[in-house]
Amino acid sequence: MLFPTTSPPPTPPRVVITGAGIVTALGRGWKPNAEGFRSGRTAFRPVSLFDVSRQRARSAAEVDLPATLPSTRLGAKQLARFDRAASTLLLATHEAWQQSGWEPAENLPFVLGTTAGGMSFGEAYFRQAAQSPLRHRHQPTRAVYYQPQVQARMILEALGANGPVTIVSNACASGSNAIGHAWELIRHGQAERALTGGYDALTELVFSGFDALQALTTTVCRPFDAGRDGLALGEGAAVMALETLESARRRDAPILGELIGYGTSIDRHHLTQPHPQGDTTLKVMQQACATAGVAPDDVDYINAHGTGTILNDSSEAAAISHWAGTRAATLPVSSTKANIGHLLGAAGAVEAVISLMTLREQWLPPETMFETPDPACHFPIVQKPRDAHVRVVLSNSFGFGGVNASLILRRWA
Amino acid sequence: MGVNRIFIAGMGAVSPAGWTVGALREALDRNEPLPTQTLERPGWNKPLPVRRVPNPTVRPEFLTHPRLRRTSPITHYVVAAALEATGGLRANHDPGFRLGLVVCLQSGCVNYSCRFYEETLKDPTTASPLLFPETVYAAPASHLAAVLGNISLANSLVGDPATFLQGVSLGAQWLEEDRVDACLVIGAEETNWILADALWHLERPAVLTAGAGALCLCRKPEWSTGVELAAITDAHTYSSQKNRTQAACAMRAQLGMPASCRPVVSQPNEEIAGRMPVLPELLCDGVGNGPRTDKAELEAWRDWTGPRLSPKRILGEGLMAATAWQCVAACDAVAGGRFVAANVSLVGSNQQAIGARFVRSNSDISHLSGGGPPGNIRP
Repeated sequence: MLFPTTSPPPTPPRVVITGAGIVTALGRGWKPNAEGFRSGRTAFRPVSLFDVSRQRARSAAEVDLPATLPSTRLGAKQLARFDRAASTLLLATHEAWQQSGWEPAENLPFVLGTTAGGMSFGEAYFRQAAQSPLRHRHQPTRAVYYQPQVQARMILEALGANGPVTIVSNACASGSNAIGHAWELIRHGQAERALTGGYDALTELVFSGFDALQALTTTVCRPFDAGRDGLALGEGAAVMALETLESARRRDAPILGELIGYGTSIDRHHLTQPHPQGDTTLKVMQQACATAGVAPDDVDYINAHGTGTILNDSSEAAAISHWAGTRAATLPVSSTKANIGHLLGAAGAVEAVISLMTLREQWLPPETMFETPDPACHFPIVQKPRDAHVRVVLSNSFGFGGVNASLILRRWA
Repeated sequence: MGVNRIFIAGMGAVSPAGWTVGALREALDRNEPLPTQTLERPGWNKPLPVRRVPNPTVRPEFLTHPRLRRTSPITHYVVAAALEATGGLRANHDPGFRLGLVVCLQSGCVNYSCRFYEETLKDPTTASPLLFPETVYAAPASHLAAVLGNISLANSLVGDPATFLQGVSLGAQWLEEDRVDACLVIGAEETNWILADALWHLERPAVLTAGAGALCLCRKPEWSTGVELAAITDAHTYSSQKNRTQAACAMRAQLGMPASCRPVVSQPNEEIAGRMPVLPELLCDGVGNGPRTDKAELEAWRDWTGPRLSPKRILGEGLMAATAWQCVAACDAVAGGRFVAANVSLVGSNQQAIGARFVRSNSDISHLSGGGPPGNIRP
C-alpha cells in the first residue's frame, strides 16, 4: 500500500549503488565516459538533428546512438517506437541492470527525472497537425509515446521487470530529485531496491527556447569563468541501481559506492533566475550534509551545477563559498557541463554517475577550457586532469522553477 | 502501519463548473452533463468539442501578483485551487509554517509549448523568450510557491491521471517524516486545440476539459475538515503481464471492500452512530463517455452495488485535473456528512491503476450536517 505504509525502520538502512549506466556525447557506457571526463575532453559539435541555421548558437553535445539497441525482451515493433530520449534511457538502464546483476522482478520502483521525455514525438505531432491537418497517420502513436511514463514502462518491459513508475519533472533538478526520491523510498522501508536516474534528448523546441533566452553560449561553455557567456546543451541518460546494503551483501553484489545524503527545496526568487546569494542552494547543501552526517571538511570534491550562465554560476559560487567557509580555499570544484553540456532532466543523474566515477577511480574531472575565475569563486576550479584522494562528493542540481537538489555520495572501499 | 494519521485540511477546485468546490458540487448534484463548446482546429473545418472553464465572475485578486502576469491558464487554475484548499490554514499559521507542494500533470503547459514551438517553426529569431520558461512542467509549482511564500518542499510529478494518488502518497510521506506541516497536492491541466486533437485520436467520444483540483493534507486533527485519508493502494502498473483491466481489478481487490454498501468509520464511535444516519460508502469512479477507456474500470467495479459518483460524465475528460476532482468530490461528500467513507478509483490511461479511501474522521464531527446523497449519485 502507498498509504498507510509499513513503519519505517528505526535506523534507516544504508543505501548502496550496485549498478550504473551512462550515455552522453562522450560515449555510451562507463568506460568511454570515464576516460573522457578524466581527460577533460569536450564533446560539442554542430547540431545535426534539426535546423539551427537561424539560431544564435549552432552547437551542442549530441549522442551517437548505436545502429542497434541492446537485445532485451522488446521486439522490433516496440523498439521502433523509441525516440532518441527513450533510446538513451534504454542504453543507460541496460548497462546499470547488467552491472547490478538483478533478476526480473515485480514491484521494482522506477523513479526517473526528465524535462521533455518524448518531446520529439510531440514536435512531430505538432508539425503534422499544423502542416498536414487532414493527415492522421502515426498521430495516435505519437500522442501515446510522447508521454514519459509510457517510455518508462517500455524500459521496464525490456528488462522483464514491473513496478511503480514515478516521473519527477522539476526541470533541471529532475535527475537529482529522482535519485533522492528513490533513496528516500529505500531509507524509509518502502522498497529494498529501486532503479533511478534521468534522461533527456536534444529537441528543437528546447534548443530554440534556451537560444531565445540568449542563455546559450556562442563561444565555449566555461562554467565559473569570469568570461563565461552561457550554457551549451547536451543529451543523454544515466541510471543507477540502488539497494540496501543488506540486500547487496545478501547476494554478494559488487558495490560501486554509497549514496549518503540528499537535500531539496525551492527557490521562490524567480522562475528562471536563482537568488543572487544562492540562499536555497546553501540550504539544500546543508540539508544534504545533515542527512549524510558530513561537514564541508569531509567533502573532497563538488560536482557543481555550473551551467556557464552569468546568473547561475555567481549564485552557486556564493552559496558554495558561504557553505564551505574556510574549507573553500582548498575544495576542488568543477562542472562537467563544460564537457557534455547541460543535459537538463538528465543532468543530475549523469552528474551523480560522474561523481561515482571520481570515487571509484580517484580522479577529478577538469574544465580544460577554463581561464579566469569569477571573483565570487573562493574555491579552486579543477582545470587540469589529476588524480586525487576522493572519499565524499557533493553534486548540485538546480532547475527552472527554483527546485534545488544536492546529493552526497561516498566511496565504497 | 505509518506513525501518523493524515487528514484533509482543505479542498479546492477549478472546473468547467466554476472556480470553487461549491460550484463543482452543484454541478455534480445537478447530474446533467455541462454544456460543451467547440474549439477551432487550424486547417480542419471540423471543430473539436471541449468544456471550457468559465471566466470567473470577479477577476481573482491573486492575478495581480507580479509572478502571474504572463502565466498561462494552468497556473491560474493551480493558484485558485490552492488558495481555496489552504484558506483555513492561511488565516492562522505561524511564520515557521512549512507547506509542501506536489503538482501532478499529464499534459501540463500545452498552451505556451504550442505557441512557442509554432513561433520557432516560423522564425526562431523572433520566438518569444517570455513563453519558453512557461512551457516547463515545473512552472505552475514555481509560481504558486512565489504566491504562497511558505512552500518549503516542492515536486512536480508527470504521469497518467492516476498519478494524482501517487502525489497524495508523497505528500503523506512528507508529513509522516515531519518535513512539512501541511502539504498541498494538486492535479491540473489546461486545454488547447492540439490536446483536443490528440484526445480525438485516442478516445473520440471524450470531451476535453481543464482546471485543477487540490487537497491540502495535514497531521493535526484540529485542522481537519472531518475527512481522513484511510488508504491508498499500491500503484498497479500496466505491463504485458498485467493489462489495464487486471490492474484495475487488483486495485479494486486491494481496497478490500465488499461489493455492497458498508458503512465504515476509521474508528468505532457511538456518538457518530447515534447522531448520524448510517450512510453507505460512496464509490467515486473515473467512468466517462469513452467505451474503450471505461471498459477496465467498469469491469473492476462490476459487482459494486452501492452509490456511485462519476464526475467525468458531468465535467468531461480533464486528465490529471479530472482525477483530482474525483478525490475532491469524494472528500467533499464525506466532509458534508453525506457518506461515512468514499472510495476513489483511478484507472489511468497508460500507466497505472490506484485506488484510495477517505473516511469521516472521528476527531472533528461538529460541522457535519448530514444531507442526502447528491442527485447524480446512482444507487
